Amino acid sequence: MSTPTGRKKKDVKPEPGEGLTRRTALKLGAAAGAVTVLTSRKGFSLPMLYDSVPPEPTVCSPQPAHSPGTTPFVQALPIPPIARPRKFSPVPTQSANIAAGEAPRADHQRWSEFLPQDLYEFTLTPALHTFHPDMAPTYVWTYNGIYPGPTIIGQYGIPSLVRFHNNLPVDHTGFGSNTHTTHLHNGHTASESDGFAGDFWGPGFFKDHHYPNIYAGYDTFPGGGDPREAMRTFWYHDHRHSFTATNNYRGLNGMFLLYDNVDTGFETGGDHNALHLPGQYGLYDIPLNFTDKKFCADGQMFATAPDAVPAGDKFIVNGAIQPFFQVARRKYRFRMLNSGPARIWTFTMSDGRPFTLIATDGNLLEHPVNVPSLELHVSSRYDVVLDFSGNQIGDSVYLMNIASQFVNNAPEPLPDPNVDVTKAVMRFDVVSNAQDQSVVPDTLIQYPDLNLNEVVTTRIWNFDLIGGQFKVNGLIFDPDRADATVKQGTAETWIIRNKLPASGWTHPVHIHLEEGRILSRNGAPPPSEESGRRDVYPIRPGEEVHIFLRFREWFGKYMIHCHNLGHEDNFMLVRWDVGTQTSLVTSPVDSLGNPNPLAQPNPNPPVLSDLFTRKGALA
Amino acid sequence: MNRRDLLTCVLADKSRPGASMGPEFYTNAVLRTHENKPVRFYDDLIKGKLSLINFIYTGCMKSCPRSTGNLAKAQKLLGDRVGRDVFMYSITLKPEEDDPTTLRDYARGHGAGPGWLFLTGDEYDLTTIRFKLARWDHPMLDFDLDQHTGMVRIINDTLNQWTMCPTHATPKQIVDAVSWVEPTKPFAVRLRENYVAQAGIDRETKEAKARGAWRA
Repeated sequence: MSTPTGRKKKDVKPEPGEGLTRRTALKLGAAAGAVTVLTSRKGFSLPMLYDSVPPEPTVCSPQPAHSPGTTPFVQALPIPPIARPRKFSPVPTQSANIAAGEAPRADHQRWSEFLPQDLYEFTLTPALHTFHPDMAPTYVWTYNGIYPGPTIIGQYGIPSLVRFHNNLPVDHTGFGSNTHTTHLHNGHTASESDGFAGDFWGPGFFKDHHYPNIYAGYDTFPGGGDPREAMRTFWYHDHRHSFTATNNYRGLNGMFLLYDNVDTGFETGGDHNALHLPGQYGLYDIPLNFTDKKFCADGQMFATAPDAVPAGDKFIVNGAIQPFFQVARRKYRFRMLNSGPARIWTFTMSDGRPFTLIATDGNLLEHPVNVPSLELHVSSRYDVVLDFSGNQIGDSVYLMNIASQFVNNAPEPLPDPNVDVTKAVMRFDVVSNAQDQSVVPDTLIQYPDLNLNEVVTTRIWNFDLIGGQFKVNGLIFDPDRADATVKQGTAETWIIRNKLPASGWTHPVHIHLEEGRILSRNGAPPPSEESGRRDVYPIRPGEEVHIFLRFREWFGKYMIHCHNLGHEDNFMLVRWDVGTQTSLVTSPVDSLGNPNPLAQPNPNPPVLSDLFTRKGALA
Repeated sequence: MNRRDLLTCVLADKSRPGASMGPEFYTNAVLRTHENKPVRFYDDLIKGKLSLINFIYTGCMKSCPRSTGNLAKAQKLLGDRVGRDVFMYSITLKPEEDDPTTLRDYARGHGAGPGWLFLTGDEYDLTTIRFKLARWDHPMLDFDLDQHTGMVRIINDTLNQWTMCPTHATPKQIVDAVSWVEPTKPFAVRLRENYVAQAGIDRETKEAKARGAWRA
């Protein structure tokens, strides 16, 4: 019989009853070269490989008032290495390979149609990570031994699959859960590979997620899908129900990029569709994964029960506290991600230059927008272009966070008297000249028509706090209960309301499966930076946002939820399903089948005969 | 009574689980049960135990009756584990109104079984405990007692693992959440569970196929 991870017995000796030991798995991971290490380029982070997995540390308690001081801008921005596809056994199968140790899941939908070509193997494992040279390495949880996890770079039209091995400690104590599920945010992915919050699984098992890498609307657009539906900047992260904040804080996230013949990743070549944006991952196309954490006096990342994650006081980019990044006098594309847990970043540049915003939540805008500041909510992504050609060699420019949440703790003396180091997230140092063949055209893409005639119904989602419980439309999240069913091939208008006008909480509401277009915010058209396709919709207290959504290609269970990780861990989620009928009422009954008094009747419910005549309804 | 002179000397306490945050976090405040017995919060209620803790007051007419009713159903689902390796505590938010006798009547009225204690005590102690276990970090909410009636905190002190569940979730969800802070079961046990879960998923997929809501 094959071992739980399906590896050959001569390689692995699982301990009776416990599957893989941590030690053997890591050895294997290292030997198998699961991560491509790009050592040739300065700034690429090297995974630390261990003879054994580090033990869980004793972490200080209670929470320290502040982290130890660290000198800003003394370490280079790390660039997560590119994950390399490889073959492994047992070969992935359409049905879950329970005997070999795969976690339960539904059969992959449309498996033979999108047979995966690129296979990746990710192991969730504890590791040590150095956030700053002034601090000792600290215990973190990682994908493949590094934080942030390796970046997967794929291509539209080339289906891929990631096998996630859970090698988190069986004897785990304290903060976080050793059970896990990974969501690819926001893949146009079948339900069984979407990382549904309730479908978590524990150490010793693996699970295959199938990423077909097709454009949304593939079935209705001849010739392999519509590139105008492309999302390009994704991230993957733990989505374990009630432990998403803690598991992400511990380090379980990374980035995932898709290119195509429009956004090729290169500044020259390609066909007549190629945009030639600043390109080449790690050179001029740079991921920036922002988070904040708190550290004990001994440098250990503060992570202990009580379960809520602490408000961090260290600005961290790609796993480094306040790094610098050496740039040439030319254009760069930065893919900014807020990986949480809760902070809302408000970015400006210290010299007042605007950001040229080219994509929101990974979707190219129709036209670039210059904005003086950017409010980046949890799980949202902004692709921006910054041009350093007007700078002189020797110049430095800072990325600032001007939001007033939580003050960073930095030592005296301040390295630059003109810059408030408590607000400086990272520093760009202009150090060289370089050729620049990239262009940022006035028109990046033209969106598909937003045809409101396709809308078969309107649905209301009231995000609320009632009696100390987060509820949506009056109900508690239950992974076993769908509060709405949408009909595959139709479009709907969704109205999202933040029903807590006095709370001060902005809920960054995330919808899985499909990107939407904001029709209105509080009755007004959205501002230009919100005119693009999105998957995260920040809803401020008392606000109401109307969104146009289509539901295509896949069936099964998905979620709409607040992406403030603490809120989603407190059950601020909803399960909705893609099926063959449109439900007329949203959240009609509770989990026991009783009528829900706060259910939302659809304001313009579908007329059944209409379903068969409206355009797109039968797609 | 010197409420806090019973704070345990940590170093001398050999029986305390290594991962526990101990009385210096939880306090060892003396509370009084609905059976009118004094108990120390950490030593008698938390130490080495898996406990479900929620906040109520007997005069609460909004969410509490349903919360207590749900917890009573969860207690039935947990069966004889309650009082043996799972413990349930409902702490009053209004100690000035809820004395042990009032709580005893409330417990009886809701069919609370053995292993489930209803607790009152000094208001200062109870507020301290509430802020330790169920803080919103939001002034509007932290001083609104009705916002503290909705969640049941679940703590396994041995593993120092915490989670929570809304008390209006289903009793099954509350019992599921208890399992989230329990030690990881042996691999072979979980493998058997996977076979059972997979059979259920396969049945659902078959039904979905029949409806046309799944495509191979």
